[in-house]
This record gives sequence, C-alpha cells and structure tokens, in this order.
Amino acid sequence: MKYLGITLERPKIGVFGFTGCEGCQLQIANKEETLKNLFNSIEVVNFREISSDGCDDYDVAFVEGSITTESEVTRLQKIRNQAKILVAIGACACLGGVNNLKSRFPLSDVVKEVYGMHPVDTGPVRRLQDVVSVDIDLPGCPISKSEFEWLVRNLVLGIKPQFPQYPVCVECKQQLNSCVFDMGMMCLGPVTRGGCNAICPRNRFGCWGCRGHSEEANFESLMRILRERGFEDEHISERINFFNAFNGIL
Amino acid sequence: MLFKTITKENFRNMIEGIMENNEVIGPKSRDRDTKGAKIYRFLKLNSFDELEMDYTRSYSSPKNYFLPFKEDLATYDLRDTGWEQEIRYTIHPRIIVGMRACDINALLKLDQVMLKSQYPNPYYSARRRNTVIIGLDHEPLEDCFCRSMNTDTAFHGFDLFMTDIGEKYFVAINSDTGYMILNRFDSCEVGEEDQLLYKEVRGRIESKFKTQVDITIVPELMDLEFESDVWKRWGDKCLSCGSCAMVCPTCYCYGIEEDIDLNFDKATKRRFLYSCNLLDFATVAGGHNFRPEAHIRLKYRYYHQFRGFVEAFNQSLCVGCNRCGKACLAGISPKAVIDDLIGTEKR
Repeated sequence: MKYLGITLERPKIGVFGFTGCEGCQLQIANKEETLKNLFNSIEVVNFREISSDGCDDYDVAFVEGSITTESEVTRLQKIRNQAKILVAIGACACLGGVNNLKSRFPLSDVVKEVYGMHPVDTGPVRRLQDVVSVDIDLPGCPISKSEFEWLVRNLVLGIKPQFPQYPVCVECKQQLNSCVFDMGMMCLGPVTRGGCNAICPRNRFGCWGCRGHSEEANFESLMRILRERGFEDEHISERINFFNAFNGIL
Repeated sequence: MLFKTITKENFRNMIEGIMENNEVIGPKSRDRDTKGAKIYRFLKLNSFDELEMDYTRSYSSPKNYFLPFKEDLATYDLRDTGWEQEIRYTIHPRIIVGMRACDINALLKLDQVMLKSQYPNPYYSARRRNTVIIGLDHEPLEDCFCRSMNTDTAFHGFDLFMTDIGEKYFVAINSDTGYMILNRFDSCEVGEEDQLLYKEVRGRIESKFKTQVDITIVPELMDLEFESDVWKRWGDKCLSCGSCAMVCPTCYCYGIEEDIDLNFDKATKRRFLYSCNLLDFATVAGGHNFRPEAHIRLKYRYYHQFRGFVEAFNQSLCVGCNRCGKACLAGISPKAVIDDLIGTEKR
C-alpha cells in the first residue's frame, strides 16, 4: 500500500467488546461495499466478529462497551498494555452510555432484578477512561461506519484526527431540516458534538446526546431554553442523563 | 427595465414548460410548527403543485444553491510520482422561483466578494451565471427589517421579478434570458389597469413594514462599543451552534478540508461553509484558538455584518430577513442586539 510513492504500514488492529450491545463492532464489519478497501489498509489480527483466529500482536485497539466487572478491568488493562493506540468506540466506551441507567438504582436492587436467583459480580458503570488511559474517543451510538473509516485513514497516515468541536445544529441546518424545537420536540443538538450529520433530527427525532457534549456546550442557556419552552425538569433530566453525556447538569 | 404581465394559468404553463428540461427550485413545505404554520424550504420541485407561491419565509435562505454547504473544489489522482488534479466548474443550468428581494440583494452582496474581488470564485461564478432567478414580492412579515437595510426592493440581480396583482403577475424583466423565457409562453403587455394595480400592491407592501432597525450610526457604534458589556450579555446566551450563519443569506465564511480515500490513491479538496460563531473556526495549526470566548465570536459576526463589510463595500452585509433571529433558540436577533447597543449609547 502506497501513498504518493511512500509505502504505508498497515496497522495491525484488534477490536474488542466489553459491556454493550456489540452494535459498534458490527458497524465495522457490516458495510460490504468498502470492506475490501478497509481490510487492504489495516491488518485485522483480533476481531471475533469476523474471525475466530486471534492473536495479541496488535498496534491499535478499538474497544467497545463500558466496564462493569473486575474481570473486565483486568482484560482492558492487558489490552492497554499491548496497544500503542487505544480507541474507545461508541457511547458506552466513551461515556458509559445507556448502561449507565443502572447507576440510578442501588446496585443490589439491580442485580436482584436482572439476575434473580443467579447473581453476578457487577459494579458501577465506568467509561474506559475511568480505568485506563484512552488515546482517542470515537463517539456515537452506534459509531458511524464512515467516521470509523475516516479515523482509520488518519491513523494510517499518522494524522491526529480532528473531530468537530461544534454542535449538531451546524450539520442539521446544512441539510435544511426543520428545527425539531419548532415542532415541539426536545433536542440536545445545541450542546452535542457534531459529526453525525444530524441523523436523528433529520428523521424528526430530537437529539439524545450520544456523541457527548460539544467542546464548549452552553448548558445554562440550553436549560433556560428548555424550561422556557415548557419542558419539565423530570423530562429534561431523563434526556440529559440517558447516555451519561452531560453528567451533573440536572 | 421592461415590464409584462402573465396570467396565473400561463405562469403555471411556463414553470411546467421549464421543468421539462431543467431543474427548478422553489419554496415548498414539509413540516408544520407547533402553531400549525408551515415550515418552508427551497427545494427541487417535482411538479408545479409543490410550488407554494403563498409562502411566507423559508427557514433557510436559498444561498446554498450558489454557495453549497459542502463543495468539492478539486479531485486528485494520486500516483507514485505525483498527482493529477481535476477541477470542474460546470454545472447544469437551474431555475430558482420565488426568491425574495432581500435574498436577491443578498446575492448582489455576495457578488461583490465572489465575482468582483481581486480573486473571483469560479465555482460561485459558474452557479451564479447558470441560475435563472425568478423573484417574487411579498407583504413583509412582522419581523422583516429589510426596509431598514435598503434591501426591500430589487432592481437587478434577477431575470424576472413577479408581483401578485390578483389574476395576474406583474413581471419585471431584467435579462435576455428572462425576456426569452417569458416570450416562449403567453405574456401580455402592461395595461393601464395593471399598472394601477401594481402601484397599489407596492404601496400596500410598503405600508406594512413594522420592524425598524436604526443602522445609521451602527458602523461607528461597533467601534465605540467594542468593549461594551452588551456583547457579554448576548454572548452568554449564545449556544455557539452556528445556526445563524447557516440560515443567513450572506454569511460566507468557509473552511477547507482534504480527504483521502481508503485506497490512498484518490483525494478530494473540499470547501465547507463555516460560522465564525463556532469554536473550531478560530483554531489554527498547533491548536491555538484566537477567539475562545463565545461573546467575542458573536461580536465579530456582527462586526463583519455591520462594520467590516461597510468599510469594504459601503453597505451592510445583513439584508434584514431575520432568519438568524428566527433560528436562534436563545433569542438573539440583529434587532435586539443593535437596539441594545444603541440603547447603551443613549444611556
């Protein structure tokens, strides 16, 4: 593989999953039209969704899911020690994600409700960065395949990826969408990191903040706007805490 | 300028005739707001019936048909020994129906920068020259302040401009293309009665402006009140979301990105419209940000609209459509900000 006559190294990659739905891993494996080119630019050495063979000789680890058990901590630390670059993929790995709903209840109640007579050793939900150092967060629920490919291109070329700092509104307006606020819906687009092409508002579904907060999110202003528009704090709190992206604001 | 009239039925025939071989863009609605009012957008029309000539205001301006939000400037074939660049300026001709006088004046302002400056923009030029503009008069909305900005009427920058005089449209012709289009379909000479009706409609339009923004001393005020706490007050509300610049008919700030494909043998240089309100906009190589504070960024957007552009072209960049004010969830509008600035001066 060459770029302008310069031979590029194909990074050896591993893809790993922790507590999550495995949807982000699936995103990597499921876009057939570009899969061939993707696998030409990287060497996949450990990814159980595409091969049962696996070795631990990887440079870049893409890690999905949040961390909830002690055995996961040990396994993640091992991956961290091996990988030169560790990428957290998806809302669970970057933010805690939907799993974080569990943190709203006493742990013993949760274990009893979910596992009944067969309790498991499970702790509070943690982001990858709460356990090990993370080099790159690739946000989204699930991650977008095209953004993953863009990240791969940057990694191969040795360019530091620049994710949008601006919020979802920019790309939403660029698609001439009607603002879902005007249609009476709640939307976290104004404080959520862009880069998703406003896929939810485009489909008339207010943003839930799966990509985490934008770089300089004006929560105070958003809260005022939401309350002025008659949204109850309970409703706002449910939305804001759904992905654990805006911890502590309500 | 030449004037003619066309019946509404013949106007329909005209648009349908144009539509047979050309892309036609016009205002149409898809969604409704909470009060049941239609939300309009300039989009490609598939039939005449989609065209809503009684539209009020499009949420976003039709600027993107001249300055696309994302535009490939060049593509590259990358080889071991170098690359080959391909640039295309060609676009298919297209017709935009229903543009307001303010939006046409917005194009004239963009022309100053994109066509008449030292480094004209060939991409814009290709689109501008290959787009036929059919303008449309309307009664001002509650918050339109185009009159204050001197953009409530358009005398050039379009091909045809229509005013609804009841059974017919009164049509101003401003180009050969406009003349030829109109001549292909049945139009009539302007009669005495048409002229009276037209004057009456224009008079009614002019009597209905409600919102005024006093911009006489605004360029000066921008300098005098550079350190004013007005900016902080509005800046604290600002979400730095860029919506204002996206819906604006004249905001043209942009960024450039280069994208390489997954095979590393092709690349694209792309321009994307940006907003000076966005945090990313003022970040330079190495990561330093010249304008990390929201209220400073907000100030500079106003500075460009009401002071910088005046210095360069002797006119404001703002056309008074108040789309930014409508789109802003935080309620920041040019009228409110400028009134506040003037108020500060008076206090």
